Amino acid sequence: MTDKFVVLITGSRKGIGRQLSEYFLTLGYQVIGCSRSENDLEHINYTHYCLDVADEGAVKNIFSSIRKNFGKLDVLINNAGVASMNHLLLTPGSTVDKLFQTNFKGTFLFSREAAKLMQKNRFGRIVNFSTVAVALDLEGEAIYAASKNAVEQLTRVMAKEVGGLGITVNCIGPTPIDTDLIRAVPKNKIEELIAHQAIRRMGAFVDVINVVNFFINPKSDFISGQTIYLGGVFK
Amino acid sequence: MSSIKRDIISKLVFDCINQYQEELNNKIDISEGEQTRLFGGNGQLDSLALVSLIVNIEEAIETELGVSLILADEKAMSRRTSPFSRISNLIDYIEELIIAEG
Repeated sequence: MTDKFVVLITGSRKGIGRQLSEYFLTLGYQVIGCSRSENDLEHINYTHYCLDVADEGAVKNIFSSIRKNFGKLDVLINNAGVASMNHLLLTPGSTVDKLFQTNFKGTFLFSREAAKLMQKNRFGRIVNFSTVAVALDLEGEAIYAASKNAVEQLTRVMAKEVGGLGITVNCIGPTPIDTDLIRAVPKNKIEELIAHQAIRRMGAFVDVINVVNFFINPKSDFISGQTIYLGGVFK
Repeated sequence: MSSIKRDIISKLVFDCINQYQEELNNKIDISEGEQTRLFGGNGQLDSLALVSLIVNIEEAIETELGVSLILADEKAMSRRTSPFSRISNLIDYIEELIIAEG
């Protein structure tokens, strides 16, 4: 078993996942990433897998591999996600399938397998990704927000179910951050959204890293089932 | 399936229980062998302990027998006799699932 802190990040090829991967590598952690396609991130402590996060067989295979190669998992960051903005009346059913497969089912599958591995050491930190769109009930984001609301619910119930195993499960809800996820969103929509925040600016990667660090800190063993929204957004 | 296969499963289950015992404050009394009650009426495990044990057994089955099984699905839960009530029932159930896997 490795003596390094082992972190698994889904959706690690770009955006927040990529930034988190690079950050944890600077701390000397063992980082395992995954995405649908290859990653050009090369580092002695980085291992990448290509898969669809909603493919149960592929997810189980990753965890078999982690178990064999590293013997443990300390942190799971369920970052992989897809967004879609559309009026409800114009949203095809296939969009609902796609968003729930990646955002909810992917989070569920990774969390389940991670908790199985973490419970052996009676230690684990799972961090899920929601969005301020849940708290703000944003028009045009019904399906995206619903899929992330499901993630928040999963976070709370799972926190109860695995609390006795030394595993915490928490959730971060970022504001808009300059990533591919929001690139297609019109500028005025972003400005409207920021106007709902108590602290009116775009989010940055360091804001995400700050909350993630808080959740995964071994001292945060009394913090579970929580969702923290960035930017001073609250329900 | 030969009886040897069942013996292998039985050994695997007992190994997992013995390994898991090390973590438990209240040890499982396995003096009744396969008739030992695990979960449910007079069972010795609480629900969280059962979950941990099942996860460990699933992992051992995958590692040692090369078969990936989910032991606690709807099929298991809806049975008249729970696969988790006694060690013997659990071994029988695992054997049944492995046969079904082909």
